[in-house]
Amino acid sequence: MRRQLVSAVLAVLLFTVVTGILYPLVLTGVDRIAFPHQSAGSLLDLHGQPVGSSLMGQAFTDAKGHPLPGYFQTRPSASSDNGMASGGTNLGPSSPSLLTSERDLAAAYRSFNHVAADVPIPSDAVTTSGSGLDPDISIANAQLQAPRVAAYRHLPLSRVETLIRASTVQPALGILGEPVVDVLTLNVALDRLP
Amino acid sequence: MATRDWLYLGALVLTLAVSIPFVGGYLARVLGGTSRRGDVVFAPLERLCYRALGVDPRAEQRWTTYATSVLAFSAVSVITLYLLQRLQGVLPLNPAHVGAPSPSLSWNTAVSFVTNTNWQNYSGETAMSYFTQMAGFITQNFVSAAAGIAVAVALIRGLVRSRSTTLGNFWVDLTRLVVRVLLPLSILATLVLTASGVIDTLTGPHLLHTVTGATQTLPGGAISPQEAIKELGTNGGGPYNANSAHPFENPNGFTNFFENYLLLLLPFSLPWTFGVMAGRRRQGASVLAAMAVLWFSLSLGAMYAESAGSHLPVAGVTQHSSATVIGGNLTGKEVRFGAAQSALFNSSATATSTGSVDSMGDSYTALGGGVLLTNMMFGEVSPGGVGSGLYGMLVLALVSVFIAGLMVGRTPEYLGKKIQAAEMKLVAIYILIVPFAALSFAAFALIWPSARESLLNHGAHGLTEMVYAFVSTSNNNGSAFAGLNGNTGFFNVALGLAMLIGRFATIVPLLALAGSLGAKPRVPESAGTLPTGTPLFAILLTGVTVIIVGLTYFPVLALGPLLEHFIFHV
Repeated sequence: MRRQLVSAVLAVLLFTVVTGILYPLVLTGVDRIAFPHQSAGSLLDLHGQPVGSSLMGQAFTDAKGHPLPGYFQTRPSASSDNGMASGGTNLGPSSPSLLTSERDLAAAYRSFNHVAADVPIPSDAVTTSGSGLDPDISIANAQLQAPRVAAYRHLPLSRVETLIRASTVQPALGILGEPVVDVLTLNVALDRLP
Repeated sequence: MATRDWLYLGALVLTLAVSIPFVGGYLARVLGGTSRRGDVVFAPLERLCYRALGVDPRAEQRWTTYATSVLAFSAVSVITLYLLQRLQGVLPLNPAHVGAPSPSLSWNTAVSFVTNTNWQNYSGETAMSYFTQMAGFITQNFVSAAAGIAVAVALIRGLVRSRSTTLGNFWVDLTRLVVRVLLPLSILATLVLTASGVIDTLTGPHLLHTVTGATQTLPGGAISPQEAIKELGTNGGGPYNANSAHPFENPNGFTNFFENYLLLLLPFSLPWTFGVMAGRRRQGASVLAAMAVLWFSLSLGAMYAESAGSHLPVAGVTQHSSATVIGGNLTGKEVRFGAAQSALFNSSATATSTGSVDSMGDSYTALGGGVLLTNMMFGEVSPGGVGSGLYGMLVLALVSVFIAGLMVGRTPEYLGKKIQAAEMKLVAIYILIVPFAALSFAAFALIWPSARESLLNHGAHGLTEMVYAFVSTSNNNGSAFAGLNGNTGFFNVALGLAMLIGRFATIVPLLALAGSLGAKPRVPESAGTLPTGTPLFAILLTGVTVIIVGLTYFPVLALGPLLEHFIFHV
């Protein structure tokens, strides 16, 4: 028993050094050199300054939290797009508050984007994601927001739709994931327009 | 389910089918000590480890010594991990100056990572320093996985050896698995993940000014190295609160596929290893088939349930998939994965005791969430955690030959070993202990007033939330219906106990079983022997697994997910 305990203490020490310190440190060094863009979080620049990560959702709202009409809006977030507090609402399928919140979000979306009553809203626009940091929206969601953004920025709708296509990420090999529009990439492209 | 999702499922099955013989065969050579591949690097590293541990690699252990080694190693690990958390404020690599978690939370987390459960009552972004995540969690991700495989291998040795008093050497198995299997595979996986967008940086949280002039803080950490072993070792403890739903852990459809593949790889390869070590591939194949049938059919169920959409569609909102609309129940899911592929990930993670999530199970449909719960109720055998899945399924194989033996009135045998009263007693303890712990703890928590306050949802869904927590921890899965607030004194202690019982109260009788089987002579097959390497046996094994789970858990499944489903669909 005592011999096993001694071996146990030594083994915990040894494997902490090998797998807990050397393994992550060496690989982080390699990753920083081999994949500098990815390992740092795929940051996007605007006018020479990093404004966010193309992987991470952010809020396009004014100081009071109202959505800005000149920007495409990400999905509703349970964590208010707080980068340090990821998570979902965790409301179950039979939760009354989930239903009320979806109804309210649908009404707000319809009036903000002037969507006609007979046009269905894609459900990603009224549901919160698992991470609270979903960077993407569906193509249909982007298309419904396009007229509002185009009108506010005095741009032809076709111009905005071209940018949507340019910011659309297709599934790898055509099957891994869904086609989505990266909202930060799209908004940065809009702000880069002369 | 869209065509894309079928192709995705097919691609996953295909990549696994191609990998299993390679990885399973390699594992058998490594554990038999006959692998010479990479000896230039591995052999000196192994010798260094044996010298540091003071272990003679040729010395074998009886089952009692093997068990003592596992227990001693785990006890020292729990103490070390507890201290690492409590002292993280004064340890290095803590750029955000995170303080120590409470004693009860540190205890829960220490037990959780050592038992390969990885239940998390904290948010990784703000509660743990980079050093704790690395030296504490990554280390345990490696060694708890290796320990699980080691125990499974001890059971295989008990089954295939004749009149043997020893089962191998725990320290040697542990070292070989870490050095020759887990480290090289994790290094490869880390590079693939980083290249695909998973972050890996030790600079502190990064504050930046967004497009609108507001601020956002991006978290950091050695994420891709942790992510690799988190999936490969079926651990599942995420560096961030949202786990694999977080875009920095799982940035796109490819990484989602790759992580899903990683977490299934070793659990599905180990039955192949078993077949090779037993010298009869068909024996491994029948066990593998039973695991695969259960995983495939339940995963398909979850994919269907989530693609079909939520129970209460809101007027004017569409959940129907089209070229531009992402269909299905999207609450708690990321659009880049979509509903079906998210469900496949979560189903795989609950079936393998990984417990990582790329979408929030609490917001699944009643049946989708029910599938996740059922996967864990199988006792983590479809295909289960690394090692634990295989030994769990081998125990069920013993139950199957026993039941078949009763039906024809013969002494049951498995791989030429007679299964007698002593073995069946140990099997019974193994089978009963986990459901007993899970259901007793859940029942107790439901009548404990302060524990009920931790539930976010109520009614049938609240019951599922509570049962899910204890089924998950006592089966050492770690997946969470995250609505439950587990960071209370009661839950930290109770869930910690459930995890300890689920891991060690099963490993000890299991190693005793291995010892008892190893000491027996191998009897030649006769006309009365039930062949166990056949499709028929795979069906019998699947049936026994389902019936045992059904009889044990059906009442609580009826009051939880099934009741919730029928509230909507009568």
